[in-house]
Amino acid sequence: MINIEIDGKRIETEAGLTVIEAAHKAGITIPHFCYHKKLSIAGNCRMCLVQVEKAPKPLPACATPASEGMKIFTKSEQALKAQKGVMEFLLINHPLDCPICDQGGECTLQDVSVGYGGGASRYQEEKRVVLSKDIGPLVSAEEMSRCINCTRCVRFGNEIGGQLELGQAFRGEHAEILSFVSGTVDSELSGNMIDLCPVGALTSKPFRYKARSWELSRRRSVSAHDSLGSNLAVQTKSNRVLRVLPIENEDINECWLSDKDRFAYEGLNSPERLTKPMIKQDGKWQEVEWKTALEYAANGLRHIANGAGAEQIAALATGNSTLEELYLVQKLMRGIGSENVDFRLRQIDFADGKQEGAPWLGMSIADISRADSLLVVGSFLRKDHPLLAARIRQAVKKGAQLNVIHSVDDDLLMKVENKIIVAPDALVAALEQVVKALDAEKNGTTVEVSKEVAAMARSLSGGGCVGILLGNFAQQHPQARQLQALAQKISAAAEGGFGFIGEAANSVGGYLAQATPGAQGLNAAAMLESPRKAYMLLNVEAELDCANPQQALAALKAADLVIAMSAYKHQATDYADVMLPIAPFTETSGTFVSCEGRVQSFKGAVKPLGEARPAWKVLRVLANLMNVNGFDYDTSEEVRDEVLNDLDVAAKLNNAISEVNMQAAPASAGLQRVSDVPIYATDSIVRRSAPLQATADAANPQVYMHSEELSKVGVQSGAQVKVSQGQGSVTLNAVADDKLPMGVVRVAAGHSSTAALGAMFGSITVERA
Amino acid sequence: MSANLILATAADGLADLDTYIKAGGYQALRKVLSTNMSQDAIIAEVKASGLRGRGGAGFPTGLKWSFMPRNYDGVKYLVCNSDEGEPGTCKDRDILRYNPHLLIEGMAIAAYAIGAQAGYNYIHGEIFEAYDVMETACETARKAGYLGKNVLGFDFEFDLFNHMGYGAYVCGEETALLESIEGKKGQPRFKPPFPANYGLYGKPTTINNTETLASIPWIISNGGQKFADLGVPNSGGIKLFSVSGHVNNPGNFEVPMGTPFRELLEMAGGVRGGNKLKAVIPGGSSMPVLPGDIMMEVNMDFDSIQKAGSYLGSGAVIVMDETTCMVKALERLAYFYFEESCGQCTPCREGTGWLYRIVHRIEHGDGKPEDLDLLLDLCENIAGRTICALGDAAAWPVQGFLKHYRKEFEYHIEHKRCLV
Repeated sequence: MINIEIDGKRIETEAGLTVIEAAHKAGITIPHFCYHKKLSIAGNCRMCLVQVEKAPKPLPACATPASEGMKIFTKSEQALKAQKGVMEFLLINHPLDCPICDQGGECTLQDVSVGYGGGASRYQEEKRVVLSKDIGPLVSAEEMSRCINCTRCVRFGNEIGGQLELGQAFRGEHAEILSFVSGTVDSELSGNMIDLCPVGALTSKPFRYKARSWELSRRRSVSAHDSLGSNLAVQTKSNRVLRVLPIENEDINECWLSDKDRFAYEGLNSPERLTKPMIKQDGKWQEVEWKTALEYAANGLRHIANGAGAEQIAALATGNSTLEELYLVQKLMRGIGSENVDFRLRQIDFADGKQEGAPWLGMSIADISRADSLLVVGSFLRKDHPLLAARIRQAVKKGAQLNVIHSVDDDLLMKVENKIIVAPDALVAALEQVVKALDAEKNGTTVEVSKEVAAMARSLSGGGCVGILLGNFAQQHPQARQLQALAQKISAAAEGGFGFIGEAANSVGGYLAQATPGAQGLNAAAMLESPRKAYMLLNVEAELDCANPQQALAALKAADLVIAMSAYKHQATDYADVMLPIAPFTETSGTFVSCEGRVQSFKGAVKPLGEARPAWKVLRVLANLMNVNGFDYDTSEEVRDEVLNDLDVAAKLNNAISEVNMQAAPASAGLQRVSDVPIYATDSIVRRSAPLQATADAANPQVYMHSEELSKVGVQSGAQVKVSQGQGSVTLNAVADDKLPMGVVRVAAGHSSTAALGAMFGSITVERA
Repeated sequence: MSANLILATAADGLADLDTYIKAGGYQALRKVLSTNMSQDAIIAEVKASGLRGRGGAGFPTGLKWSFMPRNYDGVKYLVCNSDEGEPGTCKDRDILRYNPHLLIEGMAIAAYAIGAQAGYNYIHGEIFEAYDVMETACETARKAGYLGKNVLGFDFEFDLFNHMGYGAYVCGEETALLESIEGKKGQPRFKPPFPANYGLYGKPTTINNTETLASIPWIISNGGQKFADLGVPNSGGIKLFSVSGHVNNPGNFEVPMGTPFRELLEMAGGVRGGNKLKAVIPGGSSMPVLPGDIMMEVNMDFDSIQKAGSYLGSGAVIVMDETTCMVKALERLAYFYFEESCGQCTPCREGTGWLYRIVHRIEHGDGKPEDLDLLLDLCENIAGRTICALGDAAAWPVQGFLKHYRKEFEYHIEHKRCLV
């Protein structure tokens, strides 16, 4: 600790802080623009100039280290002259038309100018004009004349996003922020630049001119789009969500949001929203009253339960349904006598019965920042978990070693210490090698392994804080249990933690809600593999959300009764009999349990659209109609409390797995499929967000193969190929990716253009189109 | 052969290695290596010479070298700042063109003293010929064993790379220069950390001006004290002055520190056409201007010029005779700093353009009486408020011109034309 004095106030503060940090800790505001606590110090705006005793000239508080005995004056004559001088310079070329600026009312420049600006400008010359830029569908750079060149956006891209997509070009007064050769900004974190921009230069394109900040109401919420549990401020006006901003939570999303979390809301009011209950009669869809629809559904279910038996009824829900919804769906199923309920729709190898608790991250999200060595297995990390990737990026910058085992080698925009890239059927063997090398490292023996494996084992056995993280790909893998067991062995040998990053907002919550089959029940894969007579779908778009769309569609089409509870009209119109409009997460209260086991409840931000209703209410009424006991809830909180009140969540989180037979994957003949779920194809809301669908990440899927594999097919990169699995085939563009292992075809899943294909893994054929 | 220590002309032929060696070249380097001189001994010699940086700031060279970490486990760099961009300055160009081996020798000795294995010579973007000469000189020096793995057969490695700039004035600022070598946009870094700790590619780095480094061989051969004795106290040795403007014989002149300006002016052939001397900028265009009568009493050394109200700077002496319109002269200078601001810091990015536009208005008959006080106030808000000294460089000429020639500006505003 050191003692300093700011504006006559004696302050004891920790050593190593800058003057601005020490002042902020003491509650003293120093005006600033370029300084941001999460970014490197640029020291360029000069707004934070303060007087320091014995210094001949004012010093920038953001770049001056506070030292013992320092006397700082933030409001002395010298300091104020400097600050006002800078303010005047900032304003001379800045358009003074706040009333027509989209940033008006939430503009740092506007706020600071109230305190430090003059009443009139001494600048009589012409103002600078900076041309607008088109940098993509999310961030508007329409009014670059407003830019004050603080370079926060540039530093964000470079330091947090990991890629320098915006830069400051030209000199002096001609300096301007632009993208490289007029390209778009494609980072999956680009929206944060809008928050960082202290003026109206970079604004939200979808939100532009929709409302003034003071007209908006604000509700705390939690992201429904990945497993991190990012904290959201959902901003609404006239019962409509108009914007989503981050709420700072250092342990989760820090002060950031992924573009997915930020712009998904644009899908909430899509024209595809289902706003009336519908039933299909004589092959035609008809809008009906809730009562009619629910009675139809209840009767249908009762009929099948009484006839074919309750085990012929199955329920499938997505992992981004709320804890309450997932709990009620399983309670209803069990109430009518069926154990067939699951939310793990893309999983095919289950550890049920072999695993005690709910699979989770195995550590806190914040722990990742403290890691010394990490092993990420089977994860499209940047796209599946953008903010977790950003956190790992910062850890790597601080010296953590990142090791990767995967079947693709996408650029993670950070230093990867060691990587092993093999085909999916060689993944287990690769992990076994690492276990072997680690054991040898531990016992001081030698073992014949590849250079990469040995290096990885060294990295993981170096002591300190070690984490092994299994990604979505590892969890969806046909040998997921073996991978889990091997990760367990690695973590034991490395004396570190291991866990699952988790695919969806409630990947952990689903287990706590018991939305998994009992011993007599069928899991998600089995329910579709051996078709049932009736299906209840909660938020599910079968051809996009299931591991094998062909199989899923066949089962659903053959079923006697399909009840689709959905916020959207979608392909369920082909196979469903009843469609019940339910509310997305912004229109209902609920709870998500994040990958680290953090329970976060939220309220609805707006009323449900049209006649849509929160799914927990729909399930409650459906259960009442079917005379299932224990469905007398008045609030969703009652449901939540029933799930969680007697539950020790921390004790329930457990990745330990036992009795896994290690067996080699069946030798695959020919090519194997590798599939990612593209970042903007993960759930039904995201799929309908027009701005997200206009990004580069949402471009139509292509077929990626090693160029040698392409030449075996007899095509060149860029040609059309016909890709087939089972009875289905699609024609797509082929692209060479020589970082892929041989024998592998990468085709995205979760996308309508590949929905005709089969399983996410397994054999696949490619031929000239 | 001229009696100069550093300054040469094409006629001297020193760009040719053999001629340079015949003239006693590379003896200082040989002395250092063959006598196994200690780093401390070299630095002590340079400290004794009173050599101060010739790039403009005048920082004592020996002291700068002593800042380099000694037991550093890794690469250290020596960088020669040949980014001579200050209007009026053209001395380093002549060293590069006509005496390249002297610079190579000086850099090799400096590298030895600070423990650097690699050197970069950052050459201003508009002097292509100098770059070609340096490239050829380095190539022949390398072949002859003066650069490379075992210099002159001794256990000393030093190689030198010439780097062509692209003409940005700000890259003459040492940290902007480092950024530029690294392939980034030339913008000054915030200091601290200073280059001695975090320099080129984050490694300890010493940056010296061309003339500074070219002075080293003579100091090593003849002794630091002898060099100091050539000049005056606190301004050791000889100095190159680039005399330009309204003189009969403009050019580079090597004179001892402390030489009266009067003599330097005579060497440059006096004021053109027998005109009266009006004003002189004694140290490059960013330094405050001084009236002719004050200059005629000033000696050309650090302290004397500072006492008179300006700075020795880079030694570019810009002479203006009685026909000069001071408003127009300032307009041109203000335009230069406006164009050359890197755009990083607010006061300089926004302020230099404002200064220029006001002076431009005055020059074009659109001035207002309150403009002059506005100019001075803006200068106060720019100078000392930025990361590097370019803000100061833009403000000082304005302040200097208004201090001594305010009447001319007022005349311009009132009568919408020049006083002269």
